[in-house]
Amino acid sequence: MAGADGDDSLYPIAVLIDELRNEDVQLRLNSIKKLSTIALALGVERTRTELLPFLTDTIYDEDEVLLALAEQLGNFTMLVGGPEYVHCLLPPLESLATVEETVVRDKAVESLRKISQEHSPVDLEVHFEPLVKRLASGDWFTSRTSACGLFSVCYPRVSSTVKAEIRQHFRTLCSDDTPMVRRAAASKLGEFAKVLELDYVKTDIIPLFTALASDEQDSVRLLAVEACVSIATLLPQEDLETLVMPTLRQAAEDKSWRVRYMVADKFSELQKAVGPEITKNDLVPAFQNLLKDCEAEVRAAAANKVKEFCENLPEDNREQIIMTHILPCVKELVSDTNQHVKSALASVIMGLSTILGKDNTIEHLLPLFLTQLKDECPEVRLNIISNLDCVNEVIGIRQLSQSLLPAIVELAEDAKWRVRLAIIEYMPLLAGQLGVEFFDEKLNTLCMAWLIDHVYAIREAATSNLTKLVEKFGAEWAQNTIVPKVLGMANDPNYLHRMTTLFCINALSEACGQDITTKQMLPVVLKMSNDQVANVRFNVAKSLQKIGPVLDSNALQTEVKPVLEKLASDSDMDVKYFAQEAISVLALA
Amino acid sequence: MMGDRPSPPRAMSSAPTTSPSVDKVDGFSRKSVRKAKQKRSQSSSQFRSQGKPIELTPLPLLKDVPSPEQPELFLKKLQQCCTVFDFMDTLSDLKMKEYKRSTLNELVDYVTVSRGYLTEQAYPEVVKMVSHNIFRTLPPSDSNEFDPEEDEPTLEASWPHLQLVYEFFIRFLESQEFQPSIAKKYIDQKFVLQLLELFDSEDPRERDYLKTVLHRIYGKFLGLRAFIRKQINNIFLRFVYETEHFKGVAELLEILGSIINGFALPLKAEHKQFLVKVLIPLHTVRSLSLFHAQLAYCIVQFLEKDPTLTEPVIRGLLKFWPKTCSQKEVMFLGELEEILDVIEPTQFVKIQEPLFKQISRCVSSPHFQVAERALYYWNNEYIMSLIEENSSVILPIMFASLYRISKEHWNPAIVALVYNVLKAFMEMNSTLFDELTATYKSDRQREKKKEKEREDLWKKLEDLELKRGLRSDGIIPT
Repeated sequence: MAGADGDDSLYPIAVLIDELRNEDVQLRLNSIKKLSTIALALGVERTRTELLPFLTDTIYDEDEVLLALAEQLGNFTMLVGGPEYVHCLLPPLESLATVEETVVRDKAVESLRKISQEHSPVDLEVHFEPLVKRLASGDWFTSRTSACGLFSVCYPRVSSTVKAEIRQHFRTLCSDDTPMVRRAAASKLGEFAKVLELDYVKTDIIPLFTALASDEQDSVRLLAVEACVSIATLLPQEDLETLVMPTLRQAAEDKSWRVRYMVADKFSELQKAVGPEITKNDLVPAFQNLLKDCEAEVRAAAANKVKEFCENLPEDNREQIIMTHILPCVKELVSDTNQHVKSALASVIMGLSTILGKDNTIEHLLPLFLTQLKDECPEVRLNIISNLDCVNEVIGIRQLSQSLLPAIVELAEDAKWRVRLAIIEYMPLLAGQLGVEFFDEKLNTLCMAWLIDHVYAIREAATSNLTKLVEKFGAEWAQNTIVPKVLGMANDPNYLHRMTTLFCINALSEACGQDITTKQMLPVVLKMSNDQVANVRFNVAKSLQKIGPVLDSNALQTEVKPVLEKLASDSDMDVKYFAQEAISVLALA
Repeated sequence: MMGDRPSPPRAMSSAPTTSPSVDKVDGFSRKSVRKAKQKRSQSSSQFRSQGKPIELTPLPLLKDVPSPEQPELFLKKLQQCCTVFDFMDTLSDLKMKEYKRSTLNELVDYVTVSRGYLTEQAYPEVVKMVSHNIFRTLPPSDSNEFDPEEDEPTLEASWPHLQLVYEFFIRFLESQEFQPSIAKKYIDQKFVLQLLELFDSEDPRERDYLKTVLHRIYGKFLGLRAFIRKQINNIFLRFVYETEHFKGVAELLEILGSIINGFALPLKAEHKQFLVKVLIPLHTVRSLSLFHAQLAYCIVQFLEKDPTLTEPVIRGLLKFWPKTCSQKEVMFLGELEEILDVIEPTQFVKIQEPLFKQISRCVSSPHFQVAERALYYWNNEYIMSLIEENSSVILPIMFASLYRISKEHWNPAIVALVYNVLKAFMEMNSTLFDELTATYKSDRQREKKKEKEREDLWKKLEDLELKRGLRSDGIIPT
C-alpha cells in the first residue's frame, strides 16, 4: 500500500503538465492522447481539481491537439469519478466548442452530446443547460453554431420552463444574422423537431421550417429540405397539406439547382414521409419535372431514384402511373446529353422490369436496355450489364443475348483497364445466366485473352475469374476447355505469360481436384523449375507449396520433393527462400 | 464597337493583380500527358426555360429622336434589354440577340456621353435591367480542383450580352449625373448580396467586371460599406470552414486591399477581428496559391496601419504553418519576409523566438526550395540588421540546425548557403559562436538523455495504469 502511494508521488502533476506543454507538437499530441493514463495516475480527485482546470485554462493550441483533447474528454466520465461529477468536464468542452476549426468544434459537440446522457436531470438543468444558453448567445458565430447541436439532447429531460427557454433559443438561432449559424440550425431542425411535443412542432417548428426554406441563401434552403423529411414523418396526414406541402412544392421548383438537387436526392425519403395520396397528386408531377430539369446534376440525382420511386408508389395504380407519367421521361433520359445522367439511369432502369412485369418489359423496357447497351459511354453499358440479374428473373436473358455480346466484346477490349476489369468481374454472373453453351461459343476466347493482357491487374482478375467459372461449370469442363490453354502458355516466350500459367494453376488446382492437378498440372510446374528466369522459378516453388495439399503423398515425395530440393540450392536467393519455405510448409524436410 | 475594359480602381493599383507564379519543380509536366481540353462554356439554368422564339419590336436609335423624347425611349430600351436569351442554343433568336447587343452598345454610349438622361425614373429601370441580366444561379462546377496552370476556366456563354450589361452598369455608376442618394433605394443590401454571390462565377472576365462594380458601390454608398464587409466575411468563413470552393476570393481580397488602405486609425475592433479571425485562417485553404499574393498584400496593409498587430499575425501564421505542403511553405516564407520588411524592431523582439524556431525548421527542410527560401532571408539587409541586433537570442536557436545541415544536407547549393549563414553568424558574435560549436556535442547528448527520460516516464505511467487496472478488477488486493 505504502509502496503504491510512493509510486504515485513519483509522478507529480507538474511533470505531466510539463509534457502537455512541450514545445514539440507531436509530443503534446502524444501526451493528450494518453490523457486517460495521466488522469488514472492522478486519481479522480486530482483529475477534477488539478488536471481539468489546467486543461481549461490553457486551451490555446494546435487544432490537432485540441481535436484529440475534445475526443478524450468525451470518455472521461469514469476518470473524474462517475456521473456524479461528470459536469466537471463541461468547462474545457465549452471552450473547445467555441474554437474556429470545424472538426474540433464538431468533436467537442459530439463529446458534449455523449456526456449529456450521463448527467442526472438535476445536473442537466444546473450545469448543462446554462452552458447551452451561453453558447447560444456567444459573440462569435462558432459558439452559436455549436449550440445548435446541443438543444435536442437536453430538451427531453428538463422541466417545462427550461424547455420553453430552449425553444426560444433555437428560434433565435434560426434567424441569426450569420448564414453559418442559420445553416447549423437548419441542419438540426429535423433532429430538434423529433424531441418536441407535437403541438410545439406545429406552432414552433413549422414557422421556422418555412422561414429557413425561403432563406436568401440557397445553402440554407437546401438544408430545410432534409428537415422536411423528419417533420413530415412527425405530423399527422391531415396536417401535411397545409403545413409542409407548400414549402416542399416551392423547394422542388427552387431557382437554385442545389435545392432542386437536394429534393431529388431525398425523393424516396420524402415520398415515404408524405404518404401515397400526396405522392400521387404532388410528387409524381414534381418527379417528372426533376427528371426533365435543365441541370444535369439534378436529372442524374432524380434518375438514381427512378426505381425506388416506382417501387414505393401505391400498388393500386402503380403500373398506370409509371406507364403514363414516368416512363416517357425515362425514355428521354436514355438519350440524355450528359453521360452521368445516362449512367445513373442505367444503374437502376433494369429494376423496373420486376415492377412492370414480363409484357411491359418486353414491349417498353427492352428497347431502352438495348439502346443503353450500345451507349457510347462504357459506364452506361457496364451499369446495364451489372444489373442483368433483374431482367433475367422476368424475361430471361436470351432476349438480350444478341445485343449483349457485342457490348461485352467491346467492353472487354476497352482501352481503359478499369473498364476491362469491371466487365471481367461480371463474367461468372453472365456465364451463369447465359449457360455453358453460349459461353463456350462466344465468351471463352475473351476470358483466355485477358490472361495475356498487358496490365497485371487484368491478368490477376482473369485468373480468379477462371476459378469462379470452374466452380460453376465443373472440373470436366475445365479439363476440356481451360486447362489445355492455360498449360500451353507455359511455353510462351514471355516470362509474364509463363508466370500466369503458374498463377492459374494456383487458383484452379483445388477446384479441378487431385486427378487433374497430379496428371496434367504438376508435370508442367515441375518442368518450369528449369526456367531461366528466376521469377518463374521462385513462383514454381510458391505454386508447389500451394498445390501440395491437393496432391497425394506419393507424388509429393517422389516428384515435388526432389525439385524443391534442387531449387533450395538455386543461385538466386529469392528462389532459395521460397523453396525452403515450401519444403517446411509441406513438411518435406 | 465598345469602350475599353475599365482600368482597375486607382486605389488598388499598387495591389498585385497577377496571380502568383509558383515555381514548380515537377520535372514531369502533366501537360504533355493530358489532352488539351476544349474550352468549355456554360450558361445558367434560367435561360433554358423559354421554348418560344423571342420577339422584340425594334425601336429607333436614341440619337434619331429629339432630346425631350430621349429619356422616355431610354426607359423603353432598358425594358427591352430585360429579356434574356439562351446562348447555349447557338441557333435560336439570332436576329434578336444581335438587336439586343446593338441596343446595349447604344446604351453604353448613351450613358457615357449624354447629359441629363438620368431622370429619377431611370434608376429603378437601370437596376432592374442589370438585375435581370446578371443575377442568376451559377451552374454546377465541373472541376473540383481548379489548377490555374492546367485548366481552362469555363466561360459564360451569354458573355456577348453580359459584358455589355456590366460595361453599361459601370458607366452608369461612374457617370457624373449619378446620385447615390436616389440610387440607394434600388441598390440595397439584397442587391449587394446577389452581386457578391456572382463572384463565384468561373468566368474570370466576369469576376474582373464584378470587382470594379463592387468597388464603385463600396466607394459611393457609405451606408452599404459595413454590410459589404460583413458579407465578404461570411463568404470567406464559409470558404475556409465549410466548402473550400469559391472562385472570387482573389478578387474580393483585392478590393479589401484598397478598403484596408482607407481604414481610419486607430483601427476598430471589427477590423482587427477580421484580420485575426478571417484573413489569417484563409492561409489554411488548399488552394492558397490562387489568392496568396492578394492575401499577403492585405496582411501587410494591416501591419503598416498598426504595427502592434505584428505579434498576433505572426503567431497566427506559425499556428497554421503548412505541415506537408512544401509549395505552401514557400509561400508562407515569402509572406513572412514581406512582413519582416516592414516590422518594427520593438515588435521583432516580441516574436523572434517562436519565429526563428520555425525558420530553423524550414532551413533544415529536406525540400531544397523551402530551405533555400528560408536561407534567402540572410540576403535581406533589413532582416540581417535585426538578426544582428538580437544575435544572442537567435544564434542559439538556429545553430544546431545550421550546423547539422552543413554536414548532412543532400543539396550542395543549400550547403553552400548554410556556410555563408554560419560565416555571417561567426562574424556577428564570435564568442557565442565558438561556445555553441564547443557544446554542440554535449547539447545533443543532453537532448538524447531527455528523450530517454521521457520514454521512461511514460513507461512507468503505463505500468501504473496496468497495476491500477488490475487492482480495480480485484486481482491484486490493495
